[in-house]
Amino acid sequence: MTALESSTKVQLGGRKGGPDQPTLRQDRWWVQPVVTVSVLTAFVIYSTWAAFQNANYYVGANAHRDLISPFYSPCIASSCVAGSTHGFVLSGWTLSPALLILIFPLGFRLSCYYYRKAYYRAFWWSPPACAVADGHKSYSGETRFPLIMQNVHRYFFYFGLLFNVMLTYDAVRAFHQPGIGWGVTVGTLVLVVNAVLLWLYSISCHACRHLCGGGVKSFHAHPIRHRIWKALTPLNAHHMNFAWASLIFVALTDVYVRLVASGVLTDYRLF
Amino acid sequence: MAEVTMRIWRGDASGGEFAAYTLAQNEGEVVLDVVHRIQATEAPDLACRWNCKAGKCGSCSAEINGKPRLMCMTRMDSLPEGPVTVAPMRTFPIVRDLVTDVSFNFVRAQQVPALLPPPMPEGGYVMFQEDVERGQEFRKCIECFMCQDVCHVIRDHEDNKRHYAGPRFFIRYAELEMHPLDQNDRREYVREEMGLGYCNITKCCTEVCPEHIKITDNAIIPLKERVVDAHYDPIAWLGRAIRRKKKASAADAAVQPTP
Repeated sequence: MTALESSTKVQLGGRKGGPDQPTLRQDRWWVQPVVTVSVLTAFVIYSTWAAFQNANYYVGANAHRDLISPFYSPCIASSCVAGSTHGFVLSGWTLSPALLILIFPLGFRLSCYYYRKAYYRAFWWSPPACAVADGHKSYSGETRFPLIMQNVHRYFFYFGLLFNVMLTYDAVRAFHQPGIGWGVTVGTLVLVVNAVLLWLYSISCHACRHLCGGGVKSFHAHPIRHRIWKALTPLNAHHMNFAWASLIFVALTDVYVRLVASGVLTDYRLF
Repeated sequence: MAEVTMRIWRGDASGGEFAAYTLAQNEGEVVLDVVHRIQATEAPDLACRWNCKAGKCGSCSAEINGKPRLMCMTRMDSLPEGPVTVAPMRTFPIVRDLVTDVSFNFVRAQQVPALLPPPMPEGGYVMFQEDVERGQEFRKCIECFMCQDVCHVIRDHEDNKRHYAGPRFFIRYAELEMHPLDQNDRREYVREEMGLGYCNITKCCTEVCPEHIKITDNAIIPLKERVVDAHYDPIAWLGRAIRRKKKASAADAAVQPTP
């Protein structure tokens, strides 16, 4: 006999206690959704604008710098400005190069377990906050298309790692100023901090924690994976902080490169 | 002496309303103390469930100012100025006043396929410390059912109780799935029969847990990732096809071991 057959059946219905109102909460539960909607909307508007600009995303040899915006790296379109590519070029693509690559970081963040919490609450009101009524009459969660696709998060994580490698390479390249030599500029530090935050966001990911060791049945039988899992677990506890910090900083990095590339700012050499 | 007004839900399956009781507030009291004083003075017929008064039995769950909390662990001086609202848990049918019928959870508990260890080796079973520690967090659960109460999947959608076990049982499934001696594979069972996919990771269960169990991060998400391994990951499909390995079905997992 199975566990289901031997159990009694779930009884539905019955009058619930308390008044029929969306919530009895008296605190400012709406602050968190408002902040989330504001920041994420601002980021989406800015990143869409930046992606369609197709200009001012690279500071090259003319300015004795090698700085590329993370929104445009790796620059793989034939429309990329000289010096911004990494060797491989997709011929025939004349639109903004950012449109080719942003889908991957976007997919990584959209399917991220932290962002799911944030946008299900803030945008979809499912629920807007704990113990506040769901904004929808029916609910099927992540059991149907399109939300069932959230289960491919680990594949976006793999792509995210490739992007992190490219952005780390960009940060290292930024230490070399063409015509001057090796040194550190404000732009170099901006790209380094951006790469570090993106790595922290990626390796603190829940899928990463599972793939590195969380998926095993016995830690004792897999001591190396257990050690990796133990190292990742404290980072995973800060996944939300890394998610916000890396999101905001990637936009700030684009702003910085854009301002330098357009001549509004000078990228100061520190040493 | 400072006074406090308690708005307590009074009623049963036929209906109800908040009743206000104003009484002196004593230093160091918790909400359950005040409810008991109301029982002892103004409303001897006020029904509330309680037992240990130490946050360990999980009996006195209620919604205090709209948030699921244990009455015995909520200090009066931690609440904001003004009337304090105490209502029964919203997810479960009311019995009377602050008492609800939580039998949904006992049915779900019956449906958890038991541990399936291999035959006992000579010298008995051996478990190592790192594997023991992993499940320790989940065993802190006191079954207050506040995580079930706050979970919007069943709180706001009664129909989902048909096919959703809820966070309290996902920690039980996670504990079993992470048990090194367990040979049962409940991944399909959790997906098909217990509705793991209905959880959308809003972490309210973690926020209300009085034992501070990281329900979402340490149980539900690892369980979801294990379901991805078993069901959604195309590379895992391919691996199984090459190795001609059959995926354990929900029915396989549901079979109880013979005692």
